Amino acid sequence: MSDTSSKPQSRRDWLLTDAPLTRHQARLGAFYQGWLTFRANKLAMLGLIILILLIGMAIFAPWLAPQSPFAQNLAGRLQPPSPEHWLGTDALGRDIMSRLIYGSRITLFIVGTVALIAPVIGLFIGTVAGFAGGWVDQVLMRITDIFLAFPKLILALAFVAALGPGIGNAVLALALTGWPPYARLARAETLTIRNADFIAAARLQGAGRMRLLIRHIWPLCISSLIVRVALDMAGIILSAAGLGFLGLGAQPPMPEWGAMISDGRIYILDFWWVAAMPGLAIFIVSLAFNLLGDGLRDVLDPKGAKQ
Amino acid sequence: MLNVENLDVWFGFPPDRVDAVKQVSFTVAQGESFGLVGESGSGKSTILRAIAGLIDSWSGRVDVAGQAVHGSHRDRAFYKTVQMVFQDPYASLHPRHSVDAVLHEALKLQGMDNIDRRINQLLDDVGLGRGFRFRYPHQLSGGQRQRVAIARALAGNPRLLLLDEPTSALDVSVQAEILNLLTDLRREHGLTYVMVSHDLAVVGHMCDRLAVMQHGQIVEVMEVDALRRGAGQQDYTRHLIRASAGYERA
Repeated sequence: MSDTSSKPQSRRDWLLTDAPLTRHQARLGAFYQGWLTFRANKLAMLGLIILILLIGMAIFAPWLAPQSPFAQNLAGRLQPPSPEHWLGTDALGRDIMSRLIYGSRITLFIVGTVALIAPVIGLFIGTVAGFAGGWVDQVLMRITDIFLAFPKLILALAFVAALGPGIGNAVLALALTGWPPYARLARAETLTIRNADFIAAARLQGAGRMRLLIRHIWPLCISSLIVRVALDMAGIILSAAGLGFLGLGAQPPMPEWGAMISDGRIYILDFWWVAAMPGLAIFIVSLAFNLLGDGLRDVLDPKGAKQ
Repeated sequence: MLNVENLDVWFGFPPDRVDAVKQVSFTVAQGESFGLVGESGSGKSTILRAIAGLIDSWSGRVDVAGQAVHGSHRDRAFYKTVQMVFQDPYASLHPRHSVDAVLHEALKLQGMDNIDRRINQLLDDVGLGRGFRFRYPHQLSGGQRQRVAIARALAGNPRLLLLDEPTSALDVSVQAEILNLLTDLRREHGLTYVMVSHDLAVVGHMCDRLAVMQHGQIVEVMEVDALRRGAGQQDYTRHLIRASAGYERA
């Protein structure tokens, strides 16, 4: 309150001004407004911090991990957590913490790839169906229905069985089975806006269908898709872990978290930490994505926005 | 400028078919301001939408600047000649596009050069300062949004503006501002207006001639002087004028 008069215009005022002077300033201002809304949500900030730590962990894994994730020590197998092995060792005497740290790379790879492929397919199919209407809509939505009629994990299993086990194929299977809900969502959004006056106005300027779709409809669908993806991330991690658990995802000795739980399964009663530690990691990251998604909804969802 | 003959517009298919506009004919001369009045649901906005190509279930003959149009397809020349201003300024601007983006796109689609200079020119024309250029719709009031919508319609230097109740969503003082703006623009740019309104006072202020509509048909075409005198030839017209006057006195 006391020192506001010292500067004629702080950076904050510049960002929050009602009358930005350049395109750049307007964009940054809108971004900053979103950031302020996001920051007000403490839990979402917690989620963001956890995810930043996860990314840092993945990048600096070789420096952070106390040991190689593959170094076996059969003399020191199934050791409980101790100062030497903070999270204990697994059945082959490998340091669980090192494996978790290296495993974060695999988790991020899975989540990132699925989150990049599935919503894009869904967005494209959903908006085209909603915007074109008629038989295009019918055909695309019936295909979507067929995909939705299968349990997702079973369908992914079938894909992996056909393509062969491995982390790449697991990701592909998850992406190919994950798009229908996004298509549904994008179509619903498209139906609510395709008859809006601003679409009619753009059409009257001579905008073609592709331009209407990409420049006018996509920007309004993307925000709800981003929220949905962030909330689905937890499910994607769990599905990937599930495939790993069933032995169809990452193959040994890859330190994939789901596969690590699977390895610990037989010792679960006597050596709980072997399965519990990767389980805890999956839980924390899933929770972080859910919190982040919640915060993003506050920022991006136009219905919840308080203008 | 605009010639409409035996226009029928319907929605849906039998047995649920609704005939929204029936056998409507009227002519609007170059530079004229023509009003369409009637109560809600009388088909006035539907006529504009059919002319603009936003509805394809119509029959009859529509000539714009001497060119017949068909179905819902319109060519580039049509979009350059005819533009539309919509009723609800809260729905007619893309919520994620800034004023700059809206005008930039309109000018680009209309094949204009010097876009940067023209955006400022358009903003000046509609009485918005340049400070509004990079704002988003949620940072604008209803009247300001409608000015942006008008600027967008003017981007391609059209000759015919279709005004679909351009002020009915605004409060009274802002209404007057927008109406004065439209009057000024018409004089400066030599525009032709077709204006839909349920407000006889607005039409009386803006238009030279008007058509009174009821149940999708034109009841009467009259000069605005006759409207001011309250001299309708048909019962319905007199009824409408009386109702509107009674409302104003109340």
